[in-house]
Amino acid sequence: MARTSPWVRLTLRTVVIVYLVLLVGWPVSLVVRATFTDGLTALRDALTDPTVVFSLKLTVSVALQATLLNTVFGVGISLLLVRTDFRGKRLLSALIDLPLSVSPVVVGLAIVLAYGPRGDWFGPWLTGAGVDVLFAPLGIVLATAFVSLPLVVREVVPVLEEIGTDEVQAARSLGANSLQTFWRITLPSIRWALVYGVVLTLARSLGEFGAVKIVSGNLEGRTQTATLLVEQRYHDFDHATAYAVAFLLAAVSVACITLVTYLRPAHGNAR
Amino acid sequence: MTTTLAPADAPASPAGTAAPRPRRPRRSRGPRALTPASRVGLGVGVLWFSILALIPLVAVVVETSQGGWDAFARALTTPQTAAAIRLTVLNALGVTVLNAVMGTVIAWVLVRDPFPGRRILEIVIDIPFALPTIVAGLVLLTLYGPTSPVGVNVANTQWSVTLALAFVTLPFVVRTVQPVLAELDRDVEEAAASLGARPFTVLRRIVLPALVPAIAAGASLSFARGISEYGSLVLLSGNLPMRTEVASVRILAYLENGDQTSAAAVATVLLGVSLVALLTLDILQRRVVNRGTH
Repeated sequence: MARTSPWVRLTLRTVVIVYLVLLVGWPVSLVVRATFTDGLTALRDALTDPTVVFSLKLTVSVALQATLLNTVFGVGISLLLVRTDFRGKRLLSALIDLPLSVSPVVVGLAIVLAYGPRGDWFGPWLTGAGVDVLFAPLGIVLATAFVSLPLVVREVVPVLEEIGTDEVQAARSLGANSLQTFWRITLPSIRWALVYGVVLTLARSLGEFGAVKIVSGNLEGRTQTATLLVEQRYHDFDHATAYAVAFLLAAVSVACITLVTYLRPAHGNAR
Repeated sequence: MTTTLAPADAPASPAGTAAPRPRRPRRSRGPRALTPASRVGLGVGVLWFSILALIPLVAVVVETSQGGWDAFARALTTPQTAAAIRLTVLNALGVTVLNAVMGTVIAWVLVRDPFPGRRILEIVIDIPFALPTIVAGLVLLTLYGPTSPVGVNVANTQWSVTLALAFVTLPFVVRTVQPVLAELDRDVEEAAASLGARPFTVLRRIVLPALVPAIAAGASLSFARGISEYGSLVLLSGNLPMRTEVASVRILAYLENGDQTSAAAVATVLLGVSLVALLTLDILQRRVVNRGTH
């Protein structure tokens, strides 16, 4: 089997481990250490600061809303992309990936131009109707949903393609309606891909920074999310709080990634 | 990985005799026409996608075009902006080359070198995907900033941009190359080796050519991500004009000064480059898929 010499193998393994430790492992572990230098004090102080608590609550609420929107949209569009034929399908499929490679700052600018009161598009009309997008939770939800839009679709589409439609057609021929078919046949077979996509969306949503910074105005206690708070506290030399909140965000995202890594083989064998 | 099962049904197709038959019985009967209900669903979906993403992005391009060609050219040729775009593109290119090499090596180690602790490396590689960008900046600043325990301080230098981009784009090439490498037929390599090819020849003539589309796909994703990075640089690079300021920071600066048109001009350039990277990716992915089926 082994054609590669053990020396090459060992050298490459060492290079990879050193690279990953220097680039990711070590820096990440230092943040954990910086958070706990005084034991739990920094974390406890941060969690009793009302501004911090508010920003964490806002972040969670925004992330849940954006994830819900993207899950419903993602499942619906995935079903349509895989199981139906329509004009412009390839274009739509390509455009859906666009948000992943657009700069968060461009996303923020785009929302400001389209929905901000100074833009020429819907801003004046929205202001007239009493709907605030900028400097309001609505804008933060829009920006967050934008940046994490394709994640569910990218996970669900390959699985839907893989499973085909035989079972669905069997169910339909036995008299099940679309809703029953979806809940009893389609959803169970895509559930791991869906969980995977949702976890990724959630992780991405909790951590959005650039787009949110532009649309939210970073108003402390009103539109300041956790990531914005980390930046501000770091600049204000409140490093203890910055590290504590950064640690919380990092812990959640690493937990998400670990969950997903252990789900991945499960979703390969699930069917 | 269950890829070892794949060759089992390959010999079943008699070589060169029967009509080209799909190797695996396709269960899907293919897409069908829209029903009235799915028509409504598609309408709602496209409407939401337009409200959320398409209309705002079009607004950026329209804002640029309203300024006219002169304003566009003036914004981009301002020394500070030109320097920012140059710095961004050069660093994104450099990091993309680094990723093409290191990403392929990492993928090779993960697929071909089963050592204990590989699972941990899998998680470490995905951390840059999931970590909030501002936290990524803080994390790098802790080891490579002014209070560095190893005495390496890249904060406020151009190296900080390279470092931050290398961090956030780490997973792309690994994650596109890994599945292709895992699917690769070992028989060909063993045949080549049994015919006397040296390991390096096998790598250069057989393994690398099969991986090139995947490497290029990962590289284009990594480049698109690199030119658009913002969050991880905020704390690390110091955003010094002409020195460490990247394109995204220029957009923000224009916006904060109320110059929406110039902000939109730089944003349009970034959008254009992302679009080109995405189109390249689409073409490359098609090639990867074709390679997999024949």
